[in-house]
Amino acid sequence: MSFDVSLRHGIGERQIDLAFISTARLTALVGPSGAGKTTVLNCIAGLIRPDEGRIAVGDHVLFDSATGLFLPPERRRAGYVFQEGRLFPHLRVAANLAYGERLAPAEDRWIGQGEVTDLLGIGHLLHRMPATLSGGEARRVAIGRALLSGARFLLLDEPFASLDAARAEEILQLVERIRDELAIPILLVSHDRTEVDRLAGQVVPMA
Amino acid sequence: MTGWLTPDEWGVVALSLRVSLAAVLFTLPLAYALAWLLARRRFPGRILLDALVHMPLVLPPVVTGWLLLLLFGRNGPVGGWLEANFGVTLVFRWTGAALAAAVMALPLMVRAMRLSIEAVDRRLVSAARTLGASPWRAFLTITLPLSAPGIAAGAMLGFARSLGEFGATITFASNIAGETRTLPLAIYSGLQLPGGEALVTRLSIISVVLSVAALVVSEWLVRRSAGARAHVL
Repeated sequence: MSFDVSLRHGIGERQIDLAFISTARLTALVGPSGAGKTTVLNCIAGLIRPDEGRIAVGDHVLFDSATGLFLPPERRRAGYVFQEGRLFPHLRVAANLAYGERLAPAEDRWIGQGEVTDLLGIGHLLHRMPATLSGGEARRVAIGRALLSGARFLLLDEPFASLDAARAEEILQLVERIRDELAIPILLVSHDRTEVDRLAGQVVPMA
Repeated sequence: MTGWLTPDEWGVVALSLRVSLAAVLFTLPLAYALAWLLARRRFPGRILLDALVHMPLVLPPVVTGWLLLLLFGRNGPVGGWLEANFGVTLVFRWTGAALAAAVMALPLMVRAMRLSIEAVDRRLVSAARTLGASPWRAFLTITLPLSAPGIAAGAMLGFARSLGEFGATITFASNIAGETRTLPLAIYSGLQLPGGEALVTRLSIISVVLSVAALVVSEWLVRRSAGARAHVL
């Protein structure tokens, strides 16, 4: 089993009430904007503490309101690829990639910089500053940074949004390769059903 | 160059620079901590702390000097404690002038640093956390370097403010030649002397040049970090 999530969380008037168990390699969370998809990712990554529930990924329980367990984000080993990339603007691409890798305990590192740069085709970008990258390049670097941080699972927030069709297709093929070649569960948030149907082994709808 | 000012006048300039430098270095960590608290944390008493930090900006400097005298004078609670435990006296000493300058510079330094901390996208800090950084490491590797131009700007601004400090200094540290007589105090003393105009003119030019230079540098640093919308003044 990869994701075992049940959570209740209120933000202002809105109430998120979601429970799913997925064994798929790639699980997709779909729903209209404003449904709280990103909030769910933030809860899984530990950036938001849900009001109630239990979150487990693989063998690791990350949050359990019944026992009061709440792992801080730095101990969850989530490979979170944010919608806006969030590359560190003062660090070169190489330093962005190495940021999480340096912090990960040696036994948690399961992939190396060379393998990641080859897989993502970002070897020629290593000396660039993030501000000089195109949208597609920035997204690939963000995925690489997440993989290198010793991630136990990937959270992809709208990874194909705001890219032109060709770039989006490139990233889509990358996600397919990560899904098929790397043994890492992926939770993907999207509002696009065609992408989801192509990628996901299991779809979790959000109202 | 050395013929332009008398050795005594060079002494005034050197003392001013020493007092201002000490004031800024001493205040820098405190100002940054306060700026971070005010920019990033919501806690009870935050508005009170904000007001307290800004007080020297709106109080008559002579009142600030008098309050310092009450607190840090030889019979004051802090001053008496410092003297009894460390043998440190501040009143009538250049260190007292530095303290007065530090207190007066603090609000300006906090404002400049706070602006630059607020300009650091908190989502970058969250990203660092998901990559394995503890809150402290995320601060050191993300918030601190990205707000560095604001630290430099605040330091320059505080330095300029310290160079010009008069009211609190003369009240707290007095106007003692060679010990607490900084540029503004020397100018003031020159004005009391018959035939002191030439001295006043020379020292005033130095004051203007030093202050404007510090101000321009700090404005440039803040613009560079926070974009054209932000400015120190």
